[in-house]
Amino acid sequence: MNMDESLIGQVPAEEKQYSYLNLGPTHPATHGIFQNVLKMDGEIIVEAEPTIGYIHRAFEKLAERRPYAQITPITDRLNYCSAPINNLGWHMTVEKLLGTEIPKRVQYLRVIIMELARITDHLVCNAVIGVDTGALTGFVYLFQQRELVYEIYEEICGARLTTNIGRIGGFERDFSPKAWKKIHQFLKEFPVILKEFENLLKRNRIFMDRTIRVGGISAERALSYSFSGPNLRATGVDYDVRVATPYCSYEDFDFIIPVGTNGDVYDRFMVRQEEMWQSLSIIKQAIDKLPDGPFHAKVPEFYLPPKEEVYNNMEALIYHFKIVMGETDIPKGEVYHCVEGGNGELGFYLISDGGRTPFRLQFRRPCFIYYQAYPEIIKGSMLSDAILTMSSMNVIAGELDA
Amino acid sequence: MEGSVQEKIINTLKERYGEEILHIETPYDFLTVTLKKEKIAEIIRYLYENADTRFQYLTSIGAVHYPELNQIAIVYQLHNLIANERLRLKIYLPSDNAVTDSITSIFLGANWMERETYDFYGVNFKGHPNLKRILNVDEMIIFPMRKEYPLEDQTREDKNDAMFGR
Repeated sequence: MNMDESLIGQVPAEEKQYSYLNLGPTHPATHGIFQNVLKMDGEIIVEAEPTIGYIHRAFEKLAERRPYAQITPITDRLNYCSAPINNLGWHMTVEKLLGTEIPKRVQYLRVIIMELARITDHLVCNAVIGVDTGALTGFVYLFQQRELVYEIYEEICGARLTTNIGRIGGFERDFSPKAWKKIHQFLKEFPVILKEFENLLKRNRIFMDRTIRVGGISAERALSYSFSGPNLRATGVDYDVRVATPYCSYEDFDFIIPVGTNGDVYDRFMVRQEEMWQSLSIIKQAIDKLPDGPFHAKVPEFYLPPKEEVYNNMEALIYHFKIVMGETDIPKGEVYHCVEGGNGELGFYLISDGGRTPFRLQFRRPCFIYYQAYPEIIKGSMLSDAILTMSSMNVIAGELDA
Repeated sequence: MEGSVQEKIINTLKERYGEEILHIETPYDFLTVTLKKEKIAEIIRYLYENADTRFQYLTSIGAVHYPELNQIAIVYQLHNLIANERLRLKIYLPSDNAVTDSITSIFLGANWMERETYDFYGVNFKGHPNLKRILNVDEMIIFPMRKEYPLEDQTREDKNDAMFGR
């Protein structure tokens, strides 16, 4: 392998023997499918060479063939732990291209859904950090809470994981009373469990010894690697897309951005933990201030009309036909919209040439961009620390490969 | 208010690299500058270091293939986190000879972004430490995101249409 050239001249007199460990594509500790060939000196990692692309599904090429409403299911499968954020990010991109005005109620409902999704994403990551240090109980308790959020999604859009939530212009229907009941139940039960989980690990001697000063990265290197999201905030940079370029009425809500200091595993754990508390606070504020109004914008060219009108009204019939067949007129333009996903700045760069499908759609995937720093972060650390670093960086294979 | 900040960025760029600018526009409030392809790495370094612009965060590198013009556009999106300003730089390369300088010496994050652009469009980045395919198999001979290639891989012999139903 071409890694040996860099070590010529540094090998001491007695030949140093390195072993190559294949942290192979399918491995129970790597959460997702990506491979790392580790060159190890005993237990210490000298070099790592990652290979990704095992779950590449050609989303960008696929998006060039599908009408705009049909692209939402593929955005689901990017960061599948927080699928609603991807869906709503895509809808907001198209609405930006069209220049539609979205009613306030829709925006507040979207905020509720996105913050619920953010909580589920951080739940997975923190539970898995616990699992990788040996604390399996926390994982089981938190996943029970994740079931409650799945039930909320199911009430609203019909699906649990790959939600395909909402439509361009709003939601399919207003939240039913059953959905509100489930949301309130979640808001009542979840904080208790989260506090219990936090007390399990936050000041736990073993956890702190395993995670403090492990897998750290400095703020300058992180910015140069274009980190974003909790990984960047753990290094001390308070860049959050919700505050820098507010979208979807985030400026109406009062929340703080937690930052860490070292950028190590403990900081990432604590940043995500605190972000979950902040998300709960945002959801409560959104429910308290929820305005009345329509649950979708007036975009008849993109929003399916109600079925009664389709059967009785000629115009609605034609709109329905055009939307389902994907023959609506799209304005030409070039737009970039970013949302704060669970892992950072999830961006959609859309170029439309007026045709029924995008001319070019590029997903700016935060996971792909910060995973390239992984070999540098684990150099010189032990194998167990490398596993912990990978799970704390919340590498989700779907977003890595698209 | 934003207009004056954007004008300041354009003026800073014009005073040193005025002749490289081909077109300036602001679609959907996003300042977009189309440049000539020769000095792009220099210009990005200048925008990185200059105190008035300070574009020290690379948001993304992407490519767009225009088959009628026979050109591939490379789109760099930069972000100044301190002043919260964004900038998009575009260069156009000929499809049959898409070569440009790598900016990995300026931004470490450009490493995989350029590898992805090479993998899918065949753009050669000079000076890249490790330019090989990243998401596709190493044995692939085509550059799949180019418009002439259909969505499905025509070189596969293992998919039987009678079984998979068209």
